[in-house]
Order: sequence, then C-alpha cells, then structure tokens
Amino acid sequence: MRNKRLTFKKRLHILKHHYRDKKLAPAFNAFHTFLFSPDETTHSGSHIRGADDLKRTMNTVIMALIPVLLFSMFNAGYQYYSAINGFPENFSVWNDFITWDNFWIGITKVLPLVVVSYGVGLLVEFIFAVIKGHEVEEGYLVTGMLVPLIVPIDTPLWMLAVAVVFGVVIGKEVFGGTGMNILNPALTIRAFLFFAYPTWMSGDKVWVHGAVERAGTPDAISGETILGYLAQNNASEFSYSVSDMFFGFIPGSVGETSAFLILLGGLFLIFSKIASWRIMVSAVAGALAMGLIFNGVVDAGWISESSKFYGLMSFEFWKHLIVGGLAFGIVYMATDPVTGSQTNRGKWIYGFLIGFISVMIRVFNPAYPEGVFLAILLMNVFAPTIDHYVVRGNISRRMKRFKDAVIIPKDTDTKEAAVKVETI
Amino acid sequence: MALLTKKDTKLILDPLADNNPITIQVLGICSALAITAELNASIVMAVSVLFVLGLGNVVISLMRNIIPSKIRIIVQLVVVAALVIIVDQVLKAFAYELSKTLAVFVGLIITNCIIMGRFEAFALGNGVWRSFLDGIGNAAGYGIILIIVGFFRELLGSGTLLGIPVLGNPIDKTGLYSIGYENNGFMLLSPMALIVVGILIWIQRSRNKALIEEN
Repeated sequence: MRNKRLTFKKRLHILKHHYRDKKLAPAFNAFHTFLFSPDETTHSGSHIRGADDLKRTMNTVIMALIPVLLFSMFNAGYQYYSAINGFPENFSVWNDFITWDNFWIGITKVLPLVVVSYGVGLLVEFIFAVIKGHEVEEGYLVTGMLVPLIVPIDTPLWMLAVAVVFGVVIGKEVFGGTGMNILNPALTIRAFLFFAYPTWMSGDKVWVHGAVERAGTPDAISGETILGYLAQNNASEFSYSVSDMFFGFIPGSVGETSAFLILLGGLFLIFSKIASWRIMVSAVAGALAMGLIFNGVVDAGWISESSKFYGLMSFEFWKHLIVGGLAFGIVYMATDPVTGSQTNRGKWIYGFLIGFISVMIRVFNPAYPEGVFLAILLMNVFAPTIDHYVVRGNISRRMKRFKDAVIIPKDTDTKEAAVKVETI
Repeated sequence: MALLTKKDTKLILDPLADNNPITIQVLGICSALAITAELNASIVMAVSVLFVLGLGNVVISLMRNIIPSKIRIIVQLVVVAALVIIVDQVLKAFAYELSKTLAVFVGLIITNCIIMGRFEAFALGNGVWRSFLDGIGNAAGYGIILIIVGFFRELLGSGTLLGIPVLGNPIDKTGLYSIGYENNGFMLLSPMALIVVGILIWIQRSRNKALIEEN
C-alpha cells in the first residue's frame, strides 16, 4: 500500500533510486542534492556526519557575494546616469544611489551576464557529467557567480559564453573536474576574455554602460577608472573621494568596486571558516608592502613626475586596496581552496606574493593598469611548489630536532639510525 | 608487382594518424606553435619539411653502410643542413614575404626532432624506398596537424584563410562582423596553438581508445 502523503523530499529519493542507472542520473542527482542532503549512508569504515559538504561551502560563498551583486546593479545605473547627467551634488545614498532607475539598468545589464554565465557553465558541466558518467560537481556554483562580477558591464554576451566554455573545459574539465584544476576557472575565463578581446576588456570606454556605443558621437561619455586616470598621470582629473572608493561609487568591473561590501563578505567567510584569513591578511600585507616601496621611491625623488609610472607610483599605498579589483581578488579569488596553497605557512607566502605582484603589475603593466587576475593566476601555478617546499622544510626541521634529541650509540652505524628515523 | 606493398602503405599511413609525430610522439611542437598563426605559413612549412625529410631519409639511407656510427649525428646534421639551405634559398627567391614570416623557423627545421628522429630510427636501418616512404609519411603527418592548427588559428584569429577575408570585413562591419562577431586575438598567440594541439590530441585519443596510456 503506497503512502499517499509522501513528502517532496521522499519522492525525490524514490525517483533517484528508480532512475539510478539511467544515463541522465547524474544530472538529476545534482538538482536533488542541491535541495536536500543525500539519503545514502557510508557502510564501511569510520565516518563523521557533517552538514558542511561541498554544496554548503559553495552556497556560503554565494551568500557572501549576494550583497556585492545587488550593489553592482545599483552602481551600474548610478555610473550610467552620472556619466550622462553629471555627478549629483550633495550625494545621498537613498536619493541618488538606491533608486529604481539605477536598479533597472542593473537588472537589464547585470542579470543577463549572470544568466549566461550560469546557463552556459552548468550546461558544460552537465554534458561532461553525462559523458563521463560521474556526478555533476558543484564547482561551477561559485565560479558562475564570480564571472559576471569581474567583467566590464558591456561585455557582449556571446563573448562571455565563449569564454565560459573555454574556462570550464580547458581550465577545469581537462584536469579532471572540480577539485583538480590548477587555475582558478573564473580567472581563466577573465584571462581568456582579456587576451582574446582586449578592446572589450580594457581602455576608458568599457567600464560604464553605454560608453562604448556612444564613443565618437556628440553624446560620448567617459568610463575611465581611477587606475586608468593614474596610469595616464591624470590624477587631478577625477573627483572621487576616499569614501567613494571605499563604498564603491566608482566605475570598474561589475562587482569589484565596493571595498566595503567585499570586506563584509570577507569577514563573513572568515567567521564561517570557509575562506582562509591567512591568505587575506598576507595578501593585504603584500599589497601594502609593494605600495610602500613605490611611495618610498617617489619620496626619495628617484622618479621624475613626467615618468609614465609616476601617477600610479605616487598613489598612496593604502588606496591600492580600495580601488580596482584587488579587494575582490583577495577575498573571493585568492582564497579558492583548490588552487591556493594548502599549508598554513604556504598560505602566508602565497597570499603575500599575490598582493605584492598585483600592485607591481598594476604599476608596470603598460597595456592595462590592473594586474590582480594575472598575479593570482601566476601564484595558482606556483602554489603546489610553495606547498612542496613548506612540507619538505617541515620534514627536515623535525628530522633535525629528532636527531638532536636522540643520542646515537657509538657502535651503531649512522646509516641505520637514519633509516630508523625515517620509519618513525 | 605492385608499387606499394601492404607494409609500405602502412609506412605512409601510420604517421598520419595512429603514430602521428605531433599528437602521439609529441615531437616538433616548437615550430607547430610558432608558425601556425597563418595557414599560408603552415602549408609552406609542411611542404618544406616534406622535402627535407623525404630527401634526407633517402640520402641517409643510401649512406647508411658507410657512415661510421661514432660520427653519424654530424653526418645527419650536414645532410639536413644542406637540404634546409636549399629550401631557404628557394623561399627567399620566390616567396620573399613568406620567408620573412617564417623567419628563423626555416633554419630551425634542422633542429626539428622529427627529422633527426626519423634518420636515427628509420633511415639508418632501412632501404632507400622504404626510407623515402617513411620520410614522406612522417612529414605528411606533421604537415596535416600544422595545416589543421593553422586553419583554425587563422580563421578564428584573423577571420581570413590564406589571407583572403572569409568572415567579412572587421573595419567596415560586413558579413559576420555586422552582427557583433569579433576576431579572437588569443588565437594569434602561441599559447592558443598549444591548446589547439592539445584539443586535437584529446579528440584523437577519445576516438581511438588504444592510444590512451595506462598509468
């Protein structure tokens, strides 16, 4: 006799067992486990029960990204109308920023990016899961949310789709899928777009909606970023205050502008123990260190004001943290547990170098005054090497301590003793 | 007697697919990455290697019994260098622009591992006719990959094939460009050639499971 009052969850469980060996089972299971925890239990060995599986981890990161996404929608409209009508005098957040008009621009421009990113990315994941016959992996949940936030607002959707296919297939699936990738997939997608379609990814037109279409017409508007002004030694030409930079009322990639919300998201990730605070802290330290060095060079008078690096070098070191993509990269990208360093000591080195190299590339990159994504991809490649030497260092230090502590009897061959140490 | 025995046919056909110098033996990658941004250059490179390897194999095979084994590498280098200089001079005389595109890579045919590899592995131990077939087969296998990679890189990177615009004009926005299509600048960079070769290897191995190494 069938129980008619089956819950939705129970029905899904039954359906899953019914379609267990079918070809599309992985696709079904993906949705199923997205909604509920699986009903299987481990049958052998010791195991612990935890609710924080991969999907919950991913969902936590997405929760940390939601405020950034909402902010970016308002900012898209705010930058658009400011560029057309001029910046409002006596700016007030409630009257000038959080308005329906601003949000509408955000909805029509940002939401399609999100939809394309998720649609294409998950489609690729599903195809691979069905062909390879494994479960659909959750890796794309976060990537799909990160991608729309790190591209310029007017990125054509087909370009984004091509880049997502490339990033997911070449950046992740060829290495064996989620958890096996060397490079952060979201940054691989960003890097692909940057090298394939540079005119859409850099310059002074792409950062504000509409600037590209209006270029060359009497209605032309500028979408230059703060870093862009600085790279041209035009520091006096922008009028953004420090609080504008911190709260994010500046042009830039969709979601990178608000250091404040990224900071909140970062704190949330640290307190939920999802992301590594060591990487975040050391990356900030690295960026500040490099910024201080550049400021020192300027103060010492080693560089003339006419040098093309002067604008970015003389930028106060701490302001590097609140403009451009550095904050976003440090909090959401550098802390990716798959591509980052695994050891604690390694995380300090890895994070520090990310901050350090980011600011260095930002200043010296002749083509484009930003380098966070390049720095993180570079350190992604070096993360296993860092870990290797950290682990080797730890082993040899403990070996030394052990050898110092044990008195080797005189009549024993030292070789034998060494063998003994290794087995311990 | 037929011109080609079954064994001879195998000598030519094997390197085209199942024992391809680039996708299976992973030799000659350097030039495959460097010169495949244009289909034109790929074809000329393929023909040059065909000439050098086919003739070189014949020469080495003819001399195989009189070359002292201690200095055989030097003899091989002299043979290949002589042939490469012929190719280089012909290109400079009849296709100067192209020879500038290929630049140093024609000279570097000398160091192409496929050529020395075939001399060592085949021409030194086989008759003239068979060596010739082996040279032709391997050079063709190399050339096919070059042409495939060059085709995709030029089509997607510049929107042209052999220098002729096939997707429309990117400046006047005609053809595909009128609906927003743009050339993929990444295709013109060497890393993308490596990725395209990688994708070819992937396709080949997923079609022929026997090629997948166990580990």
